[in-house]
Parts: sequence; C-alpha cells; structure tokens
Amino acid sequence: MRQLKKPTYAQVNDDIVRTLVETGPRYYLALGTALLVSIVLFFLPWYYQLRTGVGLAGMNQPNVWGSYLANFVFWIGLSHSGTLLSAVLHITQSPWRKAIYRSAEAMTLFALIIASLCLFVHLGRSWFLHWALPYPNQMELWPNFRSPLLFDVMAITAYLTGSSVFLYVGAIPDFAAVRDRVCGWRKNLYTLLSLGWRGTDMEWHRLGVAYTFLAVLIIPLAVSVHSVVSWDFAMSIVPGLHHTVFAPYFVVGAIYSGTAGIVTMMFLLRKYFSLESYITTTHFNNLGKLLLLLSLLWAYINMLEIFTGWYSGSSAQIETLNYKLFGYYAPLFWGMVLFCAIIPLALIVKKVRTSLITMLIISVLINIGMYIERLLILTTSLSRKYLPDYWGIYTPTLVEISIFIGSVALFICFFLVFVKIVPSVSMYEVKETLDTPDRRR
Amino acid sequence: MSDSDSIKEKWKKYRNPGYQDKFDYSWGMVIDLDRCTGCEACVTACQAENNLPIVGEEGFRSGREIKWIRIERYWDGEYPDIKLRFIPMLCQHCDNAPCEPVCPVYATYHNQDGLNVQVYNRCIGTRSCAAYCPYDARSFNWFSFTWDKPLDEQLNPDVTVREKGVMEKCTFCIQRIRQAKDTAKDQNRRVRDGEVQPACVQSCPTQALVFGDRNDPDSAVSKLAQNPRGYQVLKELNTNPSIIYLKNL
Repeated sequence: MRQLKKPTYAQVNDDIVRTLVETGPRYYLALGTALLVSIVLFFLPWYYQLRTGVGLAGMNQPNVWGSYLANFVFWIGLSHSGTLLSAVLHITQSPWRKAIYRSAEAMTLFALIIASLCLFVHLGRSWFLHWALPYPNQMELWPNFRSPLLFDVMAITAYLTGSSVFLYVGAIPDFAAVRDRVCGWRKNLYTLLSLGWRGTDMEWHRLGVAYTFLAVLIIPLAVSVHSVVSWDFAMSIVPGLHHTVFAPYFVVGAIYSGTAGIVTMMFLLRKYFSLESYITTTHFNNLGKLLLLLSLLWAYINMLEIFTGWYSGSSAQIETLNYKLFGYYAPLFWGMVLFCAIIPLALIVKKVRTSLITMLIISVLINIGMYIERLLILTTSLSRKYLPDYWGIYTPTLVEISIFIGSVALFICFFLVFVKIVPSVSMYEVKETLDTPDRRR
Repeated sequence: MSDSDSIKEKWKKYRNPGYQDKFDYSWGMVIDLDRCTGCEACVTACQAENNLPIVGEEGFRSGREIKWIRIERYWDGEYPDIKLRFIPMLCQHCDNAPCEPVCPVYATYHNQDGLNVQVYNRCIGTRSCAAYCPYDARSFNWFSFTWDKPLDEQLNPDVTVREKGVMEKCTFCIQRIRQAKDTAKDQNRRVRDGEVQPACVQSCPTQALVFGDRNDPDSAVSKLAQNPRGYQVLKELNTNPSIIYLKNL
C-alpha cells in the first residue's frame, strides 16, 4: 500500500461530513436492494410463519432448537466485539482505536437489535414474549427468575441500553461539529442530537468522565451477556451442552466472530466511503494480531471441550462426541475447524495481515465457521440425547435460509441508514492523533 | 426459630418444589416391562382421551408426531440370539424436573399433587423445556391442527385443544384426577386406590401400567414399587422420576 498523507483538521471535517451529506446513486441502489431483500426474505416469510406456525422451519421433536436460535447466538456474538473492543481499547488508551470504534459500536447495536428480532422469530408464540419481562400485570405473575432464558432477556436489554448510551455519548461532539456545517432539516436534527454542545472546558471534562465511566461499565456487561447466552445451553443436562467451559467458550467465540465482523465492515467502509486515510493498514495489522490470538484461544477451548467430554467416560457424552466428530454433521464440523482454527493461522505472516483482500477473505471465512459452530452446538447435541429411540436429524428449510439471508440484509439496511445520520468515524478523536495545524506551518 | 432459620426453611422449600410433605397425594405409576407386549393400546387411548392432533404422514416422517406416551423398541443382543424389548415412555413427572426451572414464564411447574403440569395458555413456545427433557417426553404444536368432520365430534370436552406454538405433554390425565378429587371431597373422604386411572392405564390389556398415590403405603403402586426389579429410567441424572419401571428379566 502506498503511504497516504496525513489529513489536516479541516480535511477531517470535510471528509466525514461529506459521507453524511453527499449521497450518490450507488448508495440508494444499495439501500433499496437491502430494503427489498429484507422485506422479501425476512418479513414476508416471518409473517407467513406467524400465520401458520414455526413448523415451517425444519425443526422436529428431538431437535426443538434449530437455525433460529443459532441465528440469535450468531448475531449476539457479532454484536460482541464492537463495544467491548472499543471500551477495552479506550481504557488501555490505544490510539489506533479512534478511527474504527464508531462503526464498530454501531455494529454492536444493530447486531443486538437483529438478535432480539431472531428471538421473536424463534418463539412459538412470539406475541407473548412480554410475559418474560417482569412487569406488574393483572395475572399477578412474575417471570421465573430461575430460568437462564430470563437472565438472557435481562442481560440483552442491559447490554442494548448500555451500548447505545455509550455510542451516543461518544458521538455528541461530532453531532455538534456536523450541526455547524449543515443546513436544512439536518440542522434541526443535529441541533437536537448534539444537546446544545458548545465545546467548553467543562463540557469536555464531563464528557471524558462519563465516557470512561461507561467504558468501565460496558466491559463486565459484555462479558456477562454471552456467558448468560451460554447458560441457556449449559444449564441443561443434555450431553454436549452440559459443560462448565461453555461461558468462556461463548465469550471467546463471540469476541472472535465480532472482531472478524469488524474487519469485514472496515474493509467495506474504507472502500465505499473513501476513508483510506483514516482506516489504514495499521488497523488491519492490529486486528489481524487480535484475530490470531483469538483463533488460538478458541481452538484451545474447543479441544478442551472435546477432551472433557471424552474424559467424562459417560456413554451419552461419548456418543454425542462421536456423532459430532464423525456423524451426519461431521463435514460441517471439519469445515468449521478449517475456517476458524486452521486458515486464521496464516495471520502469523505480516503480509497477510496488511493485505486488505486476504484480511477480508479470512474474516468472512471466520464468520462462516462461527455460524456453523453455533448451529452444530445445537444440532449435534439435541440429535443425540439420552434415549436412542428418539434420535433424529435436523436440516434447515428454505424458510429458515431465507430468514437468515433477510436478517443479514436488514443489518446492512440499518447500517446504511446509520452512516448517513451518525459520523461513522469519530472526528474529534481522529484529530487527536494528527499533528496540530500550527506545528505543520 | 430465628429469622435466618425460617429463611433457610423457605429457601429449602423453594429449591425443592416437590411439596409432598405438604400435600396428600403424590401420583405415580409403576410400569411392569415383563407384562408389556408393545401393543400400543395405551398410545391410542391417550390420543383419544387427550385430543391429540393427528399430524399426518408428512408430519410423522419429519419427526413431529404428538404423542404423550410412546412405545420405545430396543433390540437386545445379536442375531440369532436376539430379544425385543419395549419401554413405554411418557412424562416421568420428575420431582426434580429439568424442564421446570428453565421456563421463563412458569408455563410448566410442579403442582400440589406432585404432578409436573403444563399451562398451555401461559406457554410462549421457547421449546427449551423439550430441549432440557432427557426423556424427550414433550411434544410441540408446530402448527394449529384441525379435526375433519365428523372427527371433531369425538373431542374430549374436558381437555383443551391446543393452538400452534404451544408445548404439551402427558398430564397423567389430570382431568380425571380433578374429577375424582372433587367427588371424594363431596363425600368427605380421600380418593380411593384405583378410583382414578389415566387412559393408558385403563386401556392396558395386560395391566402392565399401574397408577396410584405413592403417599399411601397400602396402594398398589406403593407395593409394586417395593419390587426388587424396580428402577427409574436415567436415575443417574437425579431427576427423581415418579414412574418406577419393573425390569424385564
């Protein structure tokens, strides 16, 4: 890559505001396609399913959980890295975070929203999901506080609230900067969003305190969310799900797929919004190192899970294990090993980390592998429960595949709207990394 | 008793929602596998009594049959020295039921008779109870089912017809238990042994299934449960089922 000249303060504002106000036909084409796809492949099949029943999916009696729940875990996983990474890097004061964190946090937010939608799709009677919330009602019934599913609802709402506040607070100075540059309806919008920000010393001081406070708050929240998601499975007595290692396993997996997601997203942002001077190969290099570390951790925990299953000596555990490694789903399992544990080892070479196209390919492959992992956790365990008479096989149907593709389109939709409303790169923090204008002179 | 003791006591009750120490009846079943011929009369009787929908050929093939009791078939040994074994499998009404703590809305809980009950109207269809159940005793309504005329005339008016998205399972024919308890209450006595029978027990031609109150030491169930052949399926999981199987020797 050729070395790009560092932009000046004014250029930063110009470049970022340009992504907000200048909209080409390609953007509308992309937004229109994403919207259409999400309506046709997500909302219509979902409506059809609401009318007829969840039987449209390929689930059956031993496999009562299928790809809908895998979608949920996948999106929660994808949501993981953004805010967590941003908060950790803020506290450790890594300067390279500044150009990427805004869009990473947005990814968190939208992936969480999609994940909650997936819960609705998963439920048999989703119009009653509010019964799982503790609110005073005429039935005088609380939800069941012993249920890991209830922990889940709590953890997700807390994380959703926390990460959206974190995203918003970090963007206030940028909203103000945009407010001063635009006119028309945008002016009113950003006046409202910037909450009367004037940039006084006191305001900057308070912003810094609030931001660090939120960052510290977010980290345990993020770790707890995916631990709780893992308990949905680990608190059962189903062989293959009943592992104590599940909480760290899920957290590592989530950060892994989330970081890969960030790489993919950064590549696209950089390419289609001409942010070459902000998102540089340094970022890809650093994220590549992180991905390498996470892939090793992930592989280690996977081996650990297999080992403890085998070491338990219980016939049910060993049957599930055999089924996972050599049964009906074995091609998927080995595919997952290839995508998530073997191919990412290439990241040890610096050339691979700094070449954008290889990073894109590896990050996409990792997320495919991670999706397979989520599906396999459910299907291999539930297909082989205790009573051999009731073993079964699960294959997703067209409706399930279409709903997954539609949810990806919906995510892209959200993201495309986001980049036109919120500055996708933090202007004031990028400026901190640049040379001050007078020194340049 | 100090405050902390009473809290401990309450906590213990909360942790062990069996309630058998508090209430009179503890319904249970004994299944003598030596007597079971695998005729599936119990399956049919259950279907008729509890308004179980007919899922059709396609539904059956994709593994979505709704059965509250099923006959599991196992081959023992290698050909030609081979033996066929049947195990009727139904909801075990576990005292430590794995399905109960996982339901976020209390749609499944332990009632005062030691039964594990399912509240259809409360169920939101997370299906986690079925995933948690080691006996696979639960069936899910993947669609809303209808009964062609004149089959709808034979629906049991005492039992709810379930809609799509609801989990269901064996209730030990709770409608019959309720009726027997009401009659007994009117006559100011306890339910007699053998007075109430679920449909499967009633229809078993070889009387392999026996139903009754395990709290009553003189009931047929309590006596049969003393049999040295008795065992509980998957006892090692500590679910403490209410059904005792008598081993087929």
